[in-house]
Amino acid sequence: MDIKLQQVSYAYAQGTPFEKRALFDVDFEIPSHTYQAIIGHTGSGKSTILQHFNALLRPTSGEVHIGDRIVVAGKKAKDLKAVRQKVGIVFQFPEHQLFEETVLKDIMFGPMNFGVSEQEAEARAKELVDLVGLPENILEKSPFDLSGGQMRRVAIAGVLAMEPEVIVLDEPTAGLDPRGQKEIMDMFYNLYQERGLTTILVTHSMEDAARYADNIVIMHEGKNVLSGTPQEIFKDVETLKNFRLEPPRIVRFQQKIEQMMKKPLQKVCLTEEELASEVARMLREERAES
Amino acid sequence: MMEKMIFGRFLPGNSPVHRLDPRSKLLFVFAFIIIVFLANNTVTYAMLLAFTLLIVFVSRIRLYFLINGLKPVLFLMAFTFLLHIFMTREGALVLDWKYIKIYEEGIRQGIFISVRFLVLVFMTSILTLTTSPISITDGIEVLLNPLKALKVPVHELALMMSISLRFIPTLMDETDKIMKAQMARGSDLSSGPLTDRIKAVVPLLVPLFVSAFKRAEDLATAMEVRGYRGGEGRTRYRKLKWDMGDTFALVLLVAIAVLLFFYRT
Repeated sequence: MDIKLQQVSYAYAQGTPFEKRALFDVDFEIPSHTYQAIIGHTGSGKSTILQHFNALLRPTSGEVHIGDRIVVAGKKAKDLKAVRQKVGIVFQFPEHQLFEETVLKDIMFGPMNFGVSEQEAEARAKELVDLVGLPENILEKSPFDLSGGQMRRVAIAGVLAMEPEVIVLDEPTAGLDPRGQKEIMDMFYNLYQERGLTTILVTHSMEDAARYADNIVIMHEGKNVLSGTPQEIFKDVETLKNFRLEPPRIVRFQQKIEQMMKKPLQKVCLTEEELASEVARMLREERAES
Repeated sequence: MMEKMIFGRFLPGNSPVHRLDPRSKLLFVFAFIIIVFLANNTVTYAMLLAFTLLIVFVSRIRLYFLINGLKPVLFLMAFTFLLHIFMTREGALVLDWKYIKIYEEGIRQGIFISVRFLVLVFMTSILTLTTSPISITDGIEVLLNPLKALKVPVHELALMMSISLRFIPTLMDETDKIMKAQMARGSDLSSGPLTDRIKAVVPLLVPLFVSAFKRAEDLATAMEVRGYRGGEGRTRYRKLKWDMGDTFALVLLVAIAVLLFFYRT
């Protein structure tokens, strides 16, 4: 399911003296079965944009196409439930949305709201606790007895249980320990690769964007200013700095190596492994030449 | 939705009214509320209205905010206005149509009561619009100080007040966030039968309470860590200062009271 934003603007508290514009003519498209990262400095409009993906916010001007649904500014949109089932959002600190007596019931809340039968919802919950890396006996526990990291996983399972076609992740690993961060990011990446789940990652972690995304959109002061593959985006470090963004550590490391070797590498490397093999290849070539 | 709430909001500014000491403003508004009830004829109500508009002008607050503050009491205003119009049976008959009889005195009383509402809402709104919540609680604490002799925990009350004022916007943001998260999970607060809508409040309230308790605990810990031990021997960072302007405001109020007293019938 494609998501397309056309000239989308949004203002908070429109029509009052406290009006604050957050988005200015944002224009981009997210094709199905891609992994898209949206990055930007704090206050760049990332969080506002993501609420348009399932019509929690409606644009004050412009259009949002969500699959074949079109949300147009100024028009009352009815029955947005279908859209919300298709686009799942994992908000920042999603553990704050847990409320049920047991983990099982909390995971079943989403699907049952969309008319899934109780048996089916329960089956999904059982499958999902395993997927997010929790033991099955956790299902009967109260979500409030769990650790922060476990609560986060339960909340993520609760969104995945809706079986959305698109999943939007807003800083899904904020506040987790490094191992938990990697586990969760890898889990989403597997879902994307195995099931073709369209994934939109909203983050300010350049590392995650570089490692996982097919395509990156950069937001700056409420506008989408740059878009491209990670290689294209991180090639031009100076432009990034204009948008108050630092390239990933690995790219900065590559620059240091290039300075030392007084010679640019052939491509921008996005992971440690890639950089290591690229440097090794270059050293081998040099040795062969001399 | 919540960002449209105007009532109880503070608008920073630098008008003479903004600069007044919170103590004088509190005393002023409190006394004014009592004085309003002195008015009982056209002249005195006109004086009240003129006085209020003068203060609106001096405070340089846009009428938009004051009219917005009026919205919550609009229904009450309209209701009492109609009640007076239909129930008062004095003076000349103005309108006689089937069962409806409207008398001159009824219209007059209806207008009076509406002006009274308007004046009261405007004055109290000006107080909250021109005084930061912190200054208001500071002012209240000082004004209530004499009650300490009666073992009233004045400092604690003021602290409670400032903490709750401080957390209103935070909890509002939190509500908004949780509501959106549950809406994204298909919960529907705005449509469907009433029983469903009441049920849909549970997923909103539980997380809200959990986070409010957590916040309260964190705040208590943070205060203790920084050595908070209650009001005993505590000095102030923001000193209240009584100026000529404050004295002038209160003198003005007394003058109005005297005028009202002379012209009332």
